Amino acid sequence: MIQVLVIGAGPAGLAAARAARRLGASVTLLDSSDQLGGQFWRHLPAARPAARERILHHGWDTFQSLSATLESDGGCRIIRSANVFALETAAAGPGTVHVIVGAPDGVGRKRLSFSPDAIVLATGAHDRTLPFPGWDLPGVFTGGAAQALAKGERLAVGRRVVVSGAGPFLLPVAASLVAVGSRVLGVYEANRLPALVRGWLPRPWQLLGAWKKGAELGGYARGHLAHRIPYKLGRAVVAAHGTDRVESVTVAEITADWTPIPGTERRIAVDAVCISHGFTPRLELAVAAGCALTLERFVRVDDRQHSSAPGVYAAGEITGIGGVDLALAEGTIAGHAAAGGTIGDRALRTTVRGRRTFQGFAARIEAAHGIRAGWPEMLTSDTIVCRCEEVTYGHLCETAESTGSRSLRAIKLSTRAGLGICQGRICGRSVEELLACRAGGGLVDGVNTDRRPISGTIRLGELAAAVTPADSYRLTSTSESSKGTL
Amino acid sequence: MTNDVIIVGAGIIGAACARSLAAAGCDVTVVDRGTTAGGTSSACEGNLLVSDKGPGYELVLAQYASTLWKAAAVDLTEQLGPQFPSVEYEAKGGLVVATTEAGARVLLDFAASQRSAGVDACVLDADAAHELEPDLTPGITAAVHYPEDAQVQPTIATEALMASARRYGARLLENTPVTGAILDSAGALVGVKTPAGDLRASRVLIAAGPWSGDVAALLGVHLPVRPRRGELLVTSRMPHRIFHKVYDADYVGAVGSDDSALQTSSVIESTAGGTVLIGSSRQQVGFDARLRVDALSEIAAKALRLFPFLAGAAVIRSYGGFRPFMPDHLPVIGEDPRMPGLWHAAGHEGAGIGLSLATAELLTALMLKRPTHLDASPFSAARASLAPHLKAASYAI
Repeated sequence: MIQVLVIGAGPAGLAAARAARRLGASVTLLDSSDQLGGQFWRHLPAARPAARERILHHGWDTFQSLSATLESDGGCRIIRSANVFALETAAAGPGTVHVIVGAPDGVGRKRLSFSPDAIVLATGAHDRTLPFPGWDLPGVFTGGAAQALAKGERLAVGRRVVVSGAGPFLLPVAASLVAVGSRVLGVYEANRLPALVRGWLPRPWQLLGAWKKGAELGGYARGHLAHRIPYKLGRAVVAAHGTDRVESVTVAEITADWTPIPGTERRIAVDAVCISHGFTPRLELAVAAGCALTLERFVRVDDRQHSSAPGVYAAGEITGIGGVDLALAEGTIAGHAAAGGTIGDRALRTTVRGRRTFQGFAARIEAAHGIRAGWPEMLTSDTIVCRCEEVTYGHLCETAESTGSRSLRAIKLSTRAGLGICQGRICGRSVEELLACRAGGGLVDGVNTDRRPISGTIRLGELAAAVTPADSYRLTSTSESSKGTL
Repeated sequence: MTNDVIIVGAGIIGAACARSLAAAGCDVTVVDRGTTAGGTSSACEGNLLVSDKGPGYELVLAQYASTLWKAAAVDLTEQLGPQFPSVEYEAKGGLVVATTEAGARVLLDFAASQRSAGVDACVLDADAAHELEPDLTPGITAAVHYPEDAQVQPTIATEALMASARRYGARLLENTPVTGAILDSAGALVGVKTPAGDLRASRVLIAAGPWSGDVAALLGVHLPVRPRRGELLVTSRMPHRIFHKVYDADYVGAVGSDDSALQTSSVIESTAGGTVLIGSSRQQVGFDARLRVDALSEIAAKALRLFPFLAGAAVIRSYGGFRPFMPDHLPVIGEDPRMPGLWHAAGHEGAGIGLSLATAELLTALMLKRPTHLDASPFSAARASLAPHLKAASYAI
């Protein structure tokens, strides 16, 4: 029987696990969280069920059906709180996946390792937030964090909030804030109408198949109208102010390439700010597995969602930021192929068609809402870029200039940017972009910040401990998590 | 003969040689297929050690180097100014401990032999050792303190030496691989070919670390430098609880061994950034950079034998590199008798950061036919200990 290991239990991973099980593969599904659903379907724990999940979550019924199917399936082993800390390649097959299982702050976590026939990577993405003066003040949240608190804890990050950044994600962030009682004073989309039109308008018939997506966004737009939330284009929060926490923000008009326009600044009193400039795919496992990336730095896959690494499939946001429907389609195809199915199989026909439709959607998001080159103009020399190691923009520039280095690796090691606890997950791409335009002739060492051989934090004592044989492993954690697991 | 030199390799050895030669008035061009400090020099700990070296030529070189680093740290700061990142020179001292009776005997004998060679190697009782390192395991059987051990931040040190070399007039060509030799009619090396065009000089110096053997082969001679893989773990920042370079006595054995199988030994220290570096492994697997979790696991287990409190420390990163291993455990410094015009400064295994400045001084004196500070013949490519490892020159141009 083919053994398929699925990493990530968001929409893509859940769909992959179900598709692989339909073909009879033995499936192990890992997720770092203690619940299924990923960032997209983050919800209250089962111990605190809420009737309103359907309102807060797009596609909640899909999630319910996927998770119920897998949890009741003895052939699908689900391991929650499973952090993959390393992926070792092998001479044959996709390699060995090393996992530490248990709550991040828990004691007695167990080490497991898996050497499956196929791996489906569905590791998703995390928020991209560009630095700006004051972004390190308490009260400044990523859109994803604010939404997670709203969806997972029913907590509002503030009473008077502005949402700023770029991309369709600003809308659901604002909607989830409203749902937990915040007053959203404004949503500021950095890109201007021409960019949005260029991204969204061409060949509108391609979008017909994505009507569900349209309905999703339309739903948010109706919500915005109902709550009278201003949605402004070509504007951005360019600074946050406050002593112990954010008290106000400066919103300014910005040009098409995102350079702030002097004289257009306006102060707004707030107690929280949510920023989202899109998403960064979580590529460390794909990189560790040896998967080739595209020029845009997503996992390169063929029509079976197979990467360039033997036996390694990829689905969801790591192949391109495309949203839940694309993730579900890709996951289904990846799981099907990983379990030995072929793309021409009848059962996949609709899914393959759906994937094509939603891929067009992903390209449109990038064209309409992508980050533009002028953003460093927002920074001042004392703006912290790497928050873990408190490295300022000025220090980065100074080091690049004084050493004359054109090596990302060398400048990182000289400044400590990206070397802290988050390992560049927050600042990595920003550091790369800032240095690429500072270093004379750009960075030339071919290094990027997506490579993290230790893909998740592990304690030294845990690393030193022996591996628990995976077959003898029993989940000891509480609540619903024992159901459907070994 | 003109005073021009092409240096192949922009790691710490190439940078130190470029600085020393340029300061002495040579016309220096450094070429590297990548960037400054792009290889081993940014994948190591920055050790300036005497403690791991037994009496012999390498120790003499290391003792000379340690005097040079003290001065260079000051000179570099002065020359490069306050904007330039600090090389983080710190004479923190080393503490070598044994945890078994057999290990204790070996360590104490080793330290006695080092003392006879002028190394400050002070035997401590357990109380004194714990005074230096309060969190060290109580189960130690011997401890030796080496106040001369020091460290630098190796990437910054390499960048600083290269920046200094450039201020003395050296040129740097990055992303420029050497593709072949240019020989004159008499068979002397007079330059190198690169995709950017031919570079000519009366001398070509190979300082390409573990890749020196490959470069030598391109130029037509055999040099038995082999890569020896090493891995390190890095923890998240924590309050300073480790104050010296602390290592297990079996590290010394691992450094001197020829074994190609996986070996690990504990080398633990805090960095200026607040992280703890935990090493290290030695393995001869060619240039295979694949992660080996068994190696990391073994490194972790051995570190806990020295500092049990680290069990709860969060490992956030690992990095590895390739040491330039020489079969007779000595670097090659000087002209190659097999090919006029070809010079070497390579094969420093795990000691390149420390030995770089001494290597550069020695090499500069040899090139300029000045008296050397110490006997250079033990490092010659013509030395007897290397002869069995040299294949006949191929001159395959």
